[in-house]
Amino acid sequence: MKLTLKIWRQKDAKSKGGFETYTVEASTHMSFLEMLDVLNESLIREKKEPVAFEHDCREGICGACSLVINGQPHGPWAKTTTCQLHMRQYKDGDTIVVEPYRAVAFPVLKDLVVDRSSFERIIQAGGFISVNTGQPQDANSIPIDLDTASKAFDAASCIGCGACVAACPNSSAMLFTSAKVAHLNMLPQGKVEAQQRVLNMVKQMDLEGFGRCSNITACEAECPKGISIENIARMNREYWAASLGSEKIA
Amino acid sequence: MSWFIKFITSSLGQKLVMSLTGLFLILFLLVHLLGNMQLFRDDDGYAFNAYTKFMTHNPLIEAVAILLYIFILLHSIQGVALWLQNRRSRGPQAYAVKVTKTTGTNSFASKNMASLGILIFVFLAIHMGDFWWKMKNGTAPVVQYEGEEYQDLYTIVVASFQVDWIVILYLVAMVGLFFHLLHGFQSAFQTLGINHKKYTPAIKFLGWVYAILVPLLFAAMPIYVYFFK
Repeated sequence: MKLTLKIWRQKDAKSKGGFETYTVEASTHMSFLEMLDVLNESLIREKKEPVAFEHDCREGICGACSLVINGQPHGPWAKTTTCQLHMRQYKDGDTIVVEPYRAVAFPVLKDLVVDRSSFERIIQAGGFISVNTGQPQDANSIPIDLDTASKAFDAASCIGCGACVAACPNSSAMLFTSAKVAHLNMLPQGKVEAQQRVLNMVKQMDLEGFGRCSNITACEAECPKGISIENIARMNREYWAASLGSEKIA
Repeated sequence: MSWFIKFITSSLGQKLVMSLTGLFLILFLLVHLLGNMQLFRDDDGYAFNAYTKFMTHNPLIEAVAILLYIFILLHSIQGVALWLQNRRSRGPQAYAVKVTKTTGTNSFASKNMASLGILIFVFLAIHMGDFWWKMKNGTAPVVQYEGEEYQDLYTIVVASFQVDWIVILYLVAMVGLFFHLLHGFQSAFQTLGINHKKYTPAIKFLGWVYAILVPLLFAAMPIYVYFFK
């Protein structure tokens, strides 16, 4: 099938970008990224600059692929990443608009590649968990009920792709941050530093210039891992409790 | 106090301000509505004016009213500040194509809370200028019931609601209020950290009922006066 692609091209972080139109011959069996590979191979043959986009595992677990495809982060399929989106979604003659994530905290580096290191800094602000070194202890020596463990695991399945920020009209990173806070704060291993963790991560999130959540829930709708906004409510609770309840003055 | 300033000016602190002031204003709307229902009584305004006198001469209510003015201002100023902050966070380059899917919220309402809020604020300024200001400055006419003097707010209200543009303004504002409440009611609880399998469905249902019923009854007042008085 023949497709028209309108792709955001931008030389580097400082340049002004714009849309370029391309046509590509794709098969319905290709993934979206494979279709972009085909486009890039033809651009290279024509001695033109290939389109820069991020990808790594191509099986939906690394969070590297991004892209806003026809207005939706990771395209139209629910709970999938861009690499899991397949061209059978599209018909011959379709036009597809491909843009980078748009947020001040995710500056465009080149074409469709954005700098998501603000997420890394939020994770770093979360700090460590206190565990004993030496021989691993028996798993059953740390009591936890199945429901809590499952909820913590659901939160932990966040791959940090940033679709929540891209989807949010406010460019808020609260779904991401809350998933990371909830994941560790629910587990016995994360309890020791729980209060400090939520305070530090929220502080870093604010410093990075992300917007403020207004409970629109676009993040939840677009999250490739189906992370729930329940985590945001949990982060809110933990943050009030840590701010008002802890004895730290500064 | 520095820890408190830090807390209340953080992203989550600002959300808490919106949530708590919002919930107070929701509660106020209900009280305001129940009082104003006196307008529907067919007694030439006696019950309405008596209610007005009570509301303006009770020291406890006067004190709560001051709190109300502060909360209205806090909610408005904080709301505009958040709106500006969120526009900055999005950056100068808008998406060429943007689809906003949501889960469990009305996307028109949730995306337009600031615009709806500004509409309600403008309405509030006109509304208070029309009624509240006249009462406070004693420019309202005086009426006597059984020898006792009352400020005749009833006559002012009835006169205002004969004017086409005022009636239309009130109806538009109540549609705005419907959408603002539709998102705001349940959103306030989520911000407080209340997202629970047992309670959230009930909160969302109550939010719908409240968002429909309260603006509808308020809207009924100008319509009733316009057509039947």
